[in-house]
Amino acid sequence: MPKKPITFVLNGAERAAFADPGQNLLDFLRRGVGDLTPKYGCGQGGCGACTVLLDGEPVLACLTLAEAVEGRRVDTVAGLGGPAPHPLQEAFMAHFAAQCGYCTPGMLMSAKALLDRNPRPTREEVIEAISGNLCRCTGYEPIIAAILSAAASGARP
Amino acid sequence: MITAVETYRSAEEAARALGGGGAIYLAGGTLVMAEVNANRTPPRLVRTVDPGLRQIVASSETIRLGAGVTMAQILASRDCAVLHDVARQIGGPQVRSMATVGGNLFARHPYGDLAVALLALGARVALAGQTSLRSLADLLRDRERPALVTQIEVPRPRGDRAFGFVKIARIHPRGASLLSIAAFLPREGSRMRGVRIAYGGMADRPIQAAAVERALEGAVLDEGTIARAVAVAAQGLEPPTDSLASAWYRREVVGVHLRRLLERLSRP
Repeated sequence: MPKKPITFVLNGAERAAFADPGQNLLDFLRRGVGDLTPKYGCGQGGCGACTVLLDGEPVLACLTLAEAVEGRRVDTVAGLGGPAPHPLQEAFMAHFAAQCGYCTPGMLMSAKALLDRNPRPTREEVIEAISGNLCRCTGYEPIIAAILSAAASGARP
Repeated sequence: MITAVETYRSAEEAARALGGGGAIYLAGGTLVMAEVNANRTPPRLVRTVDPGLRQIVASSETIRLGAGVTMAQILASRDCAVLHDVARQIGGPQVRSMATVGGNLFARHPYGDLAVALLALGARVALAGQTSLRSLADLLRDRERPALVTQIEVPRPRGDRAFGFVKIARIHPRGASLLSIAAFLPREGSRMRGVRIAYGGMADRPIQAAAVERALEGAVLDEGTIARAVAVAAQGLEPPTDSLASAWYRREVVGVHLRRLLERLSRP
């Protein structure tokens, strides 16, 4: 089966890799490109662990066709922060918002999508923003507190 | 297993490619990619990058939605205000930035809440390669027949109380609907004319509640009318039993939620 070359911008840097026919973006990022930060949870759009930003919008990488990102911008947790952690990552640590940590990359990207367009969200807006991300450890409260705290600190990347 | 992805510049070309069979059309991906991941699709994946499918064109009478318009696009468009309450209740943010209007028309139970609202609003659809519009009710009746929807034309309801929607889910803020109800109640003076009530979750596809429509048509929306409509809320319907609810439960509660919706729309 012919593979297709895909050129796109990952976390600000141009990348190119080959995609199999029908390959989803999550598999493509993890196996084709080597970015292991988006996680495979359910493969059917139920859990949000694979959330990445596509041209700034949160999408489920497991339900996005890899070929569809040709020429577009993809952001993952690998691009959050620089030498120091991103303020959202700092807040997640401070509030103990990660226990097993499997949902964390998806949570962080959903939170980033929210704060990028709404820097001072209400608690309800935070809950809505992470409503597509499942967490089986924390009961969500520490995650909500972390996102509100990152927003209150006003720190933007 | 997918052996080829075919990307076409126009919806018409994509429709022709689908005509050959052995292919499935990919729009937003929220439904079809899950099938692709599970290896449950025909071998060819057909898609189009036709920009017309992503456009919203509004006039004073109608809103014309490209089939590829997403729930997030609807929520970002002031012209689509009538659909905001519906689009907001679909999926989480990720699903809303992917899921399309056209895909929603073909979503299997328990999905397809927007289609319920569009059915009540009397939407019509344009199919690739055809000039005349077809009613959504007609499309939903035999949606197994292959057809590539390119546009959805939605008549604008007049007045705040002319349209209402309710989605009943067990999990909040985000869960699949065990049933949904959309009510379109245009008024002539104080009487309702051209009523359409649509249900999701009360059949294997969005359907109109004919008995409820008959009870409301030509009447004033008062306590007595609402009671008559609620009495026939589940008449003639055979709702599914699934992991969300039993058929019995759906028949029991549909009237309760219909009453609440109608009462909300009866208040000035």
